[in-house]
Amino acid sequence: MKTLLQKLVEESGPPGAEEKIRDIVKAEVKDYVDEIFEDALGNLICVRKGEGKKIMLAAHMDEVALMVTHIDEQGFLRFTKVGGVLPHLLVGERVIFSSGVIGTINHEKIKELKELDFSKLYIDIGASSKKEAENKVAVGDTCVYYRQFTDLGRRILAKSLDDRAGCAVMISALQKLKDDRINELYFVFTVQEEVGLRGAKTSAYRLDPDFGIAVDVTRTGDTPEAPTMAVSLGKGPAIKVKDSSVLAHPQVRDLMIEIAEKYKIPYQLEVLERGGTDAGAIHLTKEGIPSGALSIPCRYIHTPSEMIDYEDLQSAVNLLEKILTARWP
Amino acid sequence: MLLKTLAELPGVSGDEKRVREAIKKEVQPYVDELKTDCMGNLIVNKRPRKGKKRSPKVMLAAHMDEVGLIINGIEKSGHLRFLKVGDIDNRVLISKPVIIGVENIPGVIGVKAVHLQKPDERKKTLKTNQLYIDIGAKGKEEAEKMVSLGDYAAFDTKVKEMGERCLCGKAFDNRAGCAVLVELLKRELPVELCAVFTVQEEIGSRGAITAAYTLDPDLALIIETTSAADFPETKGIKPVTNLGDGPALTLMDQSFISDGKILAALRAAAEDNEIKYQYRRFTSGATDAGNISLSKEGIPAGVVSIPCRYLHSPASVIKLDDFYATIGLSEAFLHKVSEMGGLNR
Amino acid sequence: MDVISLLRELTEAQGVSGQEDSLRPTAEKFFRPLCDEIKYDKLGNLIALKKGTAEGKEHIKIMLAAHMDEIGLVVTKIEEGGFLRFSTIGGFDARTLPGQKVIIHGRKDITGVIGSKSPHITEEKERKKAVEIDKLFIDTGYAQSELLEIVKVGDIISIERSIYELANGCVSGKALDDRAGVVALMYCLHKLQSLHHVPDVYAVATVQEEVGVRGAAVSAYNIAPDLSIAIDVCHGNLPGVSEFETQEIGAGPVIGLGPNFHPSIIARLKEVAKRARIPVQFDVSAGPTGTDARAIQIARGGIPTGLLSLPLRYMHTSVELLSCEDLKLTAELLAVFISTIDRVFVEGLTCF
Repeated sequence: MKTLLQKLVEESGPPGAEEKIRDIVKAEVKDYVDEIFEDALGNLICVRKGEGKKIMLAAHMDEVALMVTHIDEQGFLRFTKVGGVLPHLLVGERVIFSSGVIGTINHEKIKELKELDFSKLYIDIGASSKKEAENKVAVGDTCVYYRQFTDLGRRILAKSLDDRAGCAVMISALQKLKDDRINELYFVFTVQEEVGLRGAKTSAYRLDPDFGIAVDVTRTGDTPEAPTMAVSLGKGPAIKVKDSSVLAHPQVRDLMIEIAEKYKIPYQLEVLERGGTDAGAIHLTKEGIPSGALSIPCRYIHTPSEMIDYEDLQSAVNLLEKILTARWP
Repeated sequence: MLLKTLAELPGVSGDEKRVREAIKKEVQPYVDELKTDCMGNLIVNKRPRKGKKRSPKVMLAAHMDEVGLIINGIEKSGHLRFLKVGDIDNRVLISKPVIIGVENIPGVIGVKAVHLQKPDERKKTLKTNQLYIDIGAKGKEEAEKMVSLGDYAAFDTKVKEMGERCLCGKAFDNRAGCAVLVELLKRELPVELCAVFTVQEEIGSRGAITAAYTLDPDLALIIETTSAADFPETKGIKPVTNLGDGPALTLMDQSFISDGKILAALRAAAEDNEIKYQYRRFTSGATDAGNISLSKEGIPAGVVSIPCRYLHSPASVIKLDDFYATIGLSEAFLHKVSEMGGLNR
Repeated sequence: MDVISLLRELTEAQGVSGQEDSLRPTAEKFFRPLCDEIKYDKLGNLIALKKGTAEGKEHIKIMLAAHMDEIGLVVTKIEEGGFLRFSTIGGFDARTLPGQKVIIHGRKDITGVIGSKSPHITEEKERKKAVEIDKLFIDTGYAQSELLEIVKVGDIISIERSIYELANGCVSGKALDDRAGVVALMYCLHKLQSLHHVPDVYAVATVQEEVGVRGAAVSAYNIAPDLSIAIDVCHGNLPGVSEFETQEIGAGPVIGLGPNFHPSIIARLKEVAKRARIPVQFDVSAGPTGTDARAIQIARGGIPTGLLSLPLRYMHTSVELLSCEDLKLTAELLAVFISTIDRVFVEGLTCF
């Protein structure tokens, strides 16, 4: 699973340009599903037919990114964020475009750190003129953090674990499924989550499932002077109670808890103050779809160095597999 | 000129009636079907005259509404209190004439004379609840005979030509887009057009939500008006768009990432026809495209905008060349779509 | 129909957003005798249907929506010493919380208090600062080990408060926003028993309004009504706030004006009020309101929507205050409005 995860995090998938991730996922799952297709926004929908309830799973393929808005006379690129990125985390950071062009980010002269905003930052791709830069990059191109997958033993450090970790969990759970076909399962690898849960909205409308589960990362409260939150790395995947996009449906949440206890899979309960996930869009679709979320605890979300615990990841796969093969009400 | 007529009509979000009537009258002879929905969207259908094969159903959208004011109280003195409908910088409100309600009652937004102000008062912006409209009424009773709570007020600006092929007026955002749509409806085009003149864009793009749901088109093109900030006191990197540089294509905004194929088709249409275009170099703001693209199972969409200086003020400026080029680019795009037989994935 | 006893039972019950199931027995008990059918949708909206006289193609559906959820708290951490940390569900003013009694809905319901330092040990400087939610805690009297047996992260906490009857038919309590609206639905159905009405009336006690009008969005999609009226609360007059931002308590129902509402519905409500001699007030909103009407108006291909509000003071505190007279008049206005709705009116809603 580490190999899979490494493959997923080292590719880039800015919101609206998730094709590289989609290709990896497609190759991984195609032998395990009955049907596989893309919709108008680019969501990858993988269907595994079954008898029971229609359950939609969603993990998003996109990651936070930057978009070029202007190329100046000297060949420096000005940019804006796509999704939640903080300007001070970008200084000195390297970024990579889908063409392979690499650049570094720095800032104009400032007196104090708090003056730092996106208008003060630029990307330097080593071009010495506008013309040279324009041969490599165009306005509208997107880039992502340029970072390697780092295996710290039990912990993993990488960019875009939000939400490639979720993608990896869904792929692995799917690959583990036996041929018992208890429920009809829709594995949806969504697009544009980071800019407003957009892919989940249209795919849920199309599929109109009985239940929805998002597989995503969540914050933790186990770092120095962190906000109050009873989620830590290494204590198992988290079953969502609420975030700002969804109050997990009690039926879904309780079923997940019940299964975790039955199979003695470690789990935590998640109350996330700020932040949303695809379940937020799914549960408000059409007549309402009872939804919940399975979260992988993750430190430093949206930074170039997100950290998860490998055992949490494996437990998430185990739990998800059990959830999908349970008899739903 | 239709653009002039449309831009001078009052049509604040929720009160688009007069704009709708004017457009209805103008397009009636050219279209197959024309209806309104319960939000007040004007939905116009026009099928291609030539060719038998099924053509893609293209939704064209331009919003009829403009930013403005709504009356929410009448003072004992007869002055009217108001709320802003849509996003307006308070600083452009002061000392501007408005017209109120269906009767077009004139009024002005007054402010204490400079002589009566303390020096530091002038340094502060005024809040909406410190401003009022004076209609000349002597007391509440008289004002109530002229104006009711919930009446809308719009800037009162007549369109003027200025400079080199420029127009100055209010509400080019988005009557300019409406005028583009009307012009397209008058032409013979090879695709099935569902043109929607939407309502309530300025307060959260609400008309577009219901219209897209009802129509469920194959793809959508939104005609908008966007900021041109190529004037002093803005930093070099942020002109957003430049007046006179042609229609602006949207890559991304707060609610929307442009569909790749539509963007490519727009670019190709512009290049094939030698139409000058630019990108909207800014990612804040939102248009009807966001909600339309997320309707039902998702609808591929794109946005073409006419650059406009001083948007959401009583005196905004557009360049006619940009306006006509937007018509040209939209038309070329629709031909492109037809040639490609749609844009299905 | 004794409005006060309905308000008492409904507001003293708990139904924080997402956990409205606990209100079902109480709500159902009151709705049952007033309607033909009760059902719940997948997110828990309660739909009480009272059939009208129209049949077949003449069928009209009108949806009434008042939300039954209330704002509440949720456990985020169980700390040493048996203290609970919490986050909010819905919008709270943290300053209303110190010294408040709460109920924690764990394995069983237990009482807690939100602790506050006594003035003797609080420095003058500290007292001038408003408290912040993440600095507050709940004391349950249990030791941590015992508490862990009863409470887990994610358990819901509700505010404890019983109804107070005040002068001039006013009542005060928690969750009047918007259980008073739910009671208005009941009172309206009660009035409709003796009125001839063409439309089928879907009275919906919606869920999750306080976290973003979520229940109304799905129930409006589900019912797909021809028109809809939301019933919610608005700000009542009080010292220090401009008369243009508030409505007078006891001066009758408030009709919502602005782009969130269909002009024909506004006009009809005004007409009906005049004819029935019901005093009304007006509340202007410049954009989509923070009520269920926001979501209902844009469901499916659009739903003509109106809003009736009850003036209420101290919104989102445990001493919300309103007038029962306003409530009854609102329900009456609504019932008469419904009795005037026919096919012609509905067909006119798309004619602009």
